[in-house]
Amino acid sequence: MSDVADRVKKIVVEHLGVEEDKVTESASFIDDLGADSLDTVELVMAFEEEFGIEIPDDAAETIQTFGDAVKFISEAS
Amino acid sequence: MFDLTGKRALVTGASGGIGGAIARALHGAGATVGLSGTRTEPLEALAAELGERAHVLPCNLSDPDAVDALPKAAVEAMGGLDILVNNAGITRDQVFMRMSDEDWQTVLDVNLTATMRLCRGAIRGMMKARWGRIVNISSIVGATGNPGQANYAASKAGMVGMTKSIAYEVASRGITANCVAPGFIATAMTEKLTDDQKGKINAQIPAARMGTPEEIAAAVLYLAAPEAGYVTGATLHVNGGMAMLG
Repeated sequence: MSDVADRVKKIVVEHLGVEEDKVTESASFIDDLGADSLDTVELVMAFEEEFGIEIPDDAAETIQTFGDAVKFISEAS
Repeated sequence: MFDLTGKRALVTGASGGIGGAIARALHGAGATVGLSGTRTEPLEALAAELGERAHVLPCNLSDPDAVDALPKAAVEAMGGLDILVNNAGITRDQVFMRMSDEDWQTVLDVNLTATMRLCRGAIRGMMKARWGRIVNISSIVGATGNPGQANYAASKAGMVGMTKSIAYEVASRGITANCVAPGFIATAMTEKLTDDQKGKINAQIPAARMGTPEEIAAAVLYLAAPEAGYVTGATLHVNGGMAMLG
């Protein structure tokens, strides 16, 4: 697993309080990991801080799964 | 009681009577205050009066870019933003049938849209800090209506609905959002009224007098304080009994 994926996973595990093995490529933050809409906003804020990037709102809305987040961040950073 | 030591508060309309009193009250409780307004001179005077822990942050609330920049400027000046008091407001009174689109839009832009933008800009930091206080200054008129003030009343009622929605969304993050709704308050504006006009106003108020800016500031201070952590989505009416609303 790439460095980006590890760091994203760490944020997701810490923020949502889920088991690490639940955070799979296709795991949806809301449907599978129990996030509410505010959690997803906070996750994006945490990603921005961790990776020093800006994730615009329209892009943030497309980040639905763990895989989406890793892909977006890998391309942006 | 009500110790705000270490908290950073931004107050809009701090050049006015009520805003100035709010800034003094928060500052008196130990907060660092950011004083915002369109006119720099009275802000500088207030900052000089308060001494330490006071920053002047001029902003024209009818300019969307300036409004978006204000929370950032507050964070830069004070190192963070824990308490946001949206106090600034304008009136463009006119009989409803003659109210122009411009009179409507200008009042909505400054009183409601700028408040929304400032709340949006301030909440991010509050979410991270897991603590925040938003106090929006509405008006009795937002609940009761007032002839000649359809625009102003709409903006102030809109503020209440928006504040409640924000309160719902961020309650689990230790952030509260409330309104204070003043009735008739004695300010430079009401000093222009004749004794006869004042008498008529006072006759409608069970307390038989206008309120003072300090009495509004005390309500804001309470809602900004850690002690009010379980109060959210509320509107605190401070009107001498003029309208006894929930």
